[in-house]
Amino acid sequence: MWFFILRRILYAVPVLLGVSIIVFTLVQLSPGDVVDILIPPEAPEEVADALRKQYGLNEPVYIQYFIWLGHLLQGDLGTSIFSGQPVGGELASALLNTLKLAVPAAILGMTSGIILGSLAAFHNGTWLDRLFSAAAITGVSLPHYWVGIVLVVAFAVIWNVLPGQGMGPDGFPATWEQIRHLILPVFTMSLIPMGVVSRLVRATVLEVIGRDFVTTLHAKGLLNRRVLMHVSKNAAPAVLALMGLQFGYLLGGSVLVETVFNWPGSGNLMVLAVFRRDVPVLSATIVVLAAIFVVINIVVDILQALIDPRLRR
Amino acid sequence: MVSDSENYVAANTSLTVTVTAARRNQGYWGRVWTRLLRDWGTLAAISIIALILLAAIFAPLLATHDPTQGSVLGRLKGFGYNGHILGTDETGRDLYSRLLYGSRLTLITGVLPVLLALIIGGFLGVIAGYFGGLINSLIMRVMDVLYAFPSVLLAIAITGMLGSGVTNTILALTITFVPPLVRISETVTSQTRAMDFIEVARSSGAGSFTIIRFHVLSNILAPVLIYATSLISISIILAAGLSFLGLGVTPPNAEWGLMLNNLRSAIWVNPAIAAFPGLMIFITSMSFNLMSDGLRRAMDLKL
Repeated sequence: MWFFILRRILYAVPVLLGVSIIVFTLVQLSPGDVVDILIPPEAPEEVADALRKQYGLNEPVYIQYFIWLGHLLQGDLGTSIFSGQPVGGELASALLNTLKLAVPAAILGMTSGIILGSLAAFHNGTWLDRLFSAAAITGVSLPHYWVGIVLVVAFAVIWNVLPGQGMGPDGFPATWEQIRHLILPVFTMSLIPMGVVSRLVRATVLEVIGRDFVTTLHAKGLLNRRVLMHVSKNAAPAVLALMGLQFGYLLGGSVLVETVFNWPGSGNLMVLAVFRRDVPVLSATIVVLAAIFVVINIVVDILQALIDPRLRR
Repeated sequence: MVSDSENYVAANTSLTVTVTAARRNQGYWGRVWTRLLRDWGTLAAISIIALILLAAIFAPLLATHDPTQGSVLGRLKGFGYNGHILGTDETGRDLYSRLLYGSRLTLITGVLPVLLALIIGGFLGVIAGYFGGLINSLIMRVMDVLYAFPSVLLAIAITGMLGSGVTNTILALTITFVPPLVRISETVTSQTRAMDFIEVARSSGAGSFTIIRFHVLSNILAPVLIYATSLISISIILAAGLSFLGLGVTPPNAEWGLMLNNLRSAIWVNPAIAAFPGLMIFITSMSFNLMSDGLRRAMDLKL
């Protein structure tokens, strides 16, 4: 098992290197460079050249890559062109804000997905199954940013019972005022994981129920409750893998929901960076979110291997 | 009375039996077709997709107004105002005509990336799955790197860095959908490659190209295609999402995501109007999902 964990972690190193190469390539491909944004186009060529030298932009591209990578590895994510502040601090607080949405949305979406999916599977073919399957397919088909807008219209504009914009007071969401701000965005974000998880749970549980060992368990007179335990243990690895992916998507793909609700999270930071042409903030956010996604995948793989020894190849 | 109804049931049963017997010889695609014709939900979804496609193609004929012609006085008006069936948007443009024209860019930016990714990903996946070894490792490790990005993040990273516009949106989404298509085609290809008939074909002297062309493709096409159709709904939501963020289609073009973005500020004036573009995205993506599910059931595939 330890060998498996070690190998899995080591394997992430080339993947992360690849991520850094892709992000660096995108930065290189993006039109213009930092200097073009910093100084007006009519500035004399000498000034531009001096600045380029200061930013290391006159070095060959691969040297620039290694310098950038070296800074990244030392935890230096660069300096924002817009605010002049280190990116690390801005990104950390934005990520924390995204977590405030992603964690409750993951818990809500995945538990309801597991419940809906297993109920649909155990009542396969009945009206309950059809109803829950319809709910699931609606969940994956809805453009959630639109749902967010509709919810804002309903609860904030028409009935005026819940706030539709912003995060409210800073800090850990504990007061009613802070929780009120969470309700609409968290519900909106939970729709996709709800639909995706419940569809997979239904398919996996149906597949496991159809296996011979379940018939045997029933035949030897095991209580339904105990059979359920065996079924869930066999369905768990696949569902777990998907839940890990979905949590990563919530963190990395929160952009749309954050834009609708004006939530000051990492996605919002990223979109702002795009429009301000703040390349250091943009590239750092992408690298960090991708790295988090890689770490989540490692954790999921290890959890899967803990449940199912066959996966410890 | 009782015996009558029993007779009726019996007659009916024997009829069903003959029908099933007759259908037994219709082959795989015949059975798929029969199952599909019985599946009302899927047929409805396919019809809706066909309608949206027709509306996109014949938008100039169906539109009542010029989709880019605004009016300062007639902004954000309700249904039926001055001949505008669904009212007007924030610059007084006819909403119905814009929705019609908007379907074009939404479908192009939503469907084309999946098609392109199917071609590129399918090609790479078949190569990786068929030849295995070093080629397989090389292709699959590159895909692992792309998999390290959540799909929305990758699409935003590409359009954010390279700039917005239709071409970059299509490029970004294509790159986003290549890895899953490589993975699925690699899996089914290597499964097919292990079959005995491939060994037979090889020992009878068939080259790699012939085997891939005649034996591998015919076996992997159905599952890979079905998987690709299941990506279309995600792609449509993502493409419209990029435009919604201002990273996709640029104004003054009509596109549902962009329209949703523009009408967002109008929810305080006329909340009902902001509902339409989103509703259209939802209906389209739902129809593609239902079609994909229905085709999968009809083809009896497990993915």
